[in-house]
Amino acid sequence: MSDTLATTIADVTRDDLIDFVHAEARMLDEGRFDDWLTLWAADGMYWMPLEWNQQDPIHETSLLWEDQFMLRLRVERLNGARTFSQKPKSRCLHVLNRPDVDLIDNDKGRYRVVTRMTYVETRLDEQFLLAITATHDLVWQEGLKIKLKRVDILNCDAAFGNIQLLP
Amino acid sequence: MNYPETRAAMSALVQPRQVHKDLYVSPSIYRLECKHLFSNCWLYVGHDSQVPKKGDYYTTQLADQPVIMVRHTDDQVHVLYNRCPHKGTKIAIDRTGNTGKFFRCPYHAWSFKTDGCLLAIPLKKGYEGTGLEEAEAARGMTPVGAVHNCRGFIFARMAPEGVSFEAFFGGSLSSLDNMVDRAPALRLEVVGAPLRYMHKCNWKMLVENQTDTCHPMVAHESSAGTAVKIWEGMEKPEGTPTPPAMEIIAPFMSPYEFFENMGIRTWPNGHGHTGVHHSIHSKYSEIPGYMDALIATHGEEKAKAVLAENRHNTVYFPTIMIKGPIQQLRNFIPLGPDRTLVESWIFRLVGAPDELLARTAMYNRMINAPTSMVGHDDLEMYERAQEGLATQGADWVNVQRLYEEGEDLEQEAVLNGTTERQMRNQFHAWLKFMTMTMPERAAQQREDAE
Repeated sequence: MSDTLATTIADVTRDDLIDFVHAEARMLDEGRFDDWLTLWAADGMYWMPLEWNQQDPIHETSLLWEDQFMLRLRVERLNGARTFSQKPKSRCLHVLNRPDVDLIDNDKGRYRVVTRMTYVETRLDEQFLLAITATHDLVWQEGLKIKLKRVDILNCDAAFGNIQLLP
Repeated sequence: MNYPETRAAMSALVQPRQVHKDLYVSPSIYRLECKHLFSNCWLYVGHDSQVPKKGDYYTTQLADQPVIMVRHTDDQVHVLYNRCPHKGTKIAIDRTGNTGKFFRCPYHAWSFKTDGCLLAIPLKKGYEGTGLEEAEAARGMTPVGAVHNCRGFIFARMAPEGVSFEAFFGGSLSSLDNMVDRAPALRLEVVGAPLRYMHKCNWKMLVENQTDTCHPMVAHESSAGTAVKIWEGMEKPEGTPTPPAMEIIAPFMSPYEFFENMGIRTWPNGHGHTGVHHSIHSKYSEIPGYMDALIATHGEEKAKAVLAENRHNTVYFPTIMIKGPIQQLRNFIPLGPDRTLVESWIFRLVGAPDELLARTAMYNRMINAPTSMVGHDDLEMYERAQEGLATQGADWVNVQRLYEEGEDLEQEAVLNGTTERQMRNQFHAWLKFMTMTMPERAAQQREDAE
């Protein structure tokens, strides 16, 4: 990605966006959560709806609707000494399809990438798999930052056990 | 082992200060619970706002029994077992829907009125002279034993005979009343789908945990304690708003003294609540406009009295918990000795500002979701206990904190908030409703004794 800005806000390319989504998934898979937190805009939100095609994150229950305070809490908790449900720690793997770049607007510094992926999480003898669609709404703030990450789970209406890491 | 279906066998498992581990791990005990305990008790089915129009239905389970809750043509809510009386096919599979004036089985098109009565059978002449009118199948879809609508909350007793709704719940209904009285329109509405969280543990562990006030500051230190630590360490320019996480999660880290002083009240038949004097919900910020709306409904004195109650968790034995101050209901559906589906529902206070609903939804996802940092540590404890109880090392589970010799669980009482009296109260009720329909001893044993 170019370090210099011309008259437009940015000159982000399709490849830059795809690389960003891949890099984000890799940070989660490798447990580099502190690096992962730097990817977010200060007002960035992580949304995992409970219902298929859910529109309202505020007045209906969601699985996650978390601001930067909550995400930081989540990350610090994962590193904590008395985090009993993470003794031993979980591991996860995001297996990505080729992301679809739905929006590149360098004038306004706004971008949207939609990625279908398989998410696998494991701990001890248990392993589960989620089929998910991740929608990244990104903004240019001297670099790409996540404004909204929406994660739709294919079987969002099923009963789950613990989902402890971040799809 | 297979337990005999007798009072003597069940009584041996429940002592005043401890209960046998087989209550949690034995498949035989679970089968007996389904046959006796869950049948004799009043169980929560659903809320009438889920079926507002005639023909609207909602499918769920009462323990292991699939049922349909449906609004009949006379506007009453009925609860029917979800099976066709012909071959057993479940009549409704959708979780919600509208069936019009009748149910129609998708297998052979037998149809039933929404109160369960048999309406029509195709090619009915094939049954002429066969004595169909004598058959169980001709009675239609079977209703449960009794149904009661308590301010919109639908409860059912599966046993045809038994304790009345009023006698079963008694004074405990004050918690449900308080939750509904918080709505300026005196009415609640279900909002959205419930969180559905599968627990590989016995249902009793979940119900006991609702009034376990000695675990939050230990099991939830990783979430609540870390939240407090981050907030204290943050640079906060003048006027920085407290993050919602702090208002919801941080009170879990309150010291033992806070929980001791909040108090626990128990009622007969296994019901009880934490937060008699105050609770973790006491310090929630005020929502503009809400008090005025509530005063318009109740007058100032009653409106203030309604909001002064900050009951934390009210357990309605055997399998639900409600939180009046944030309009939430958790349904612990026992699917097996080591399998419990937890559904967490939220309600809108009709006539109240939307900000209250936003807080309700926030609490639900922060605390009750399969993705909740608080839920993770609770489930970890339950599942470790379920595995630990399998050992031969010890046979009993201890519930004697603040036990008093000769305590009378048939009497309402208010005690120190860290007592395990409410757990003992639940086991007392467990024994009562489990054995209500059992003989003292098995027939063979009686003969041997005589």
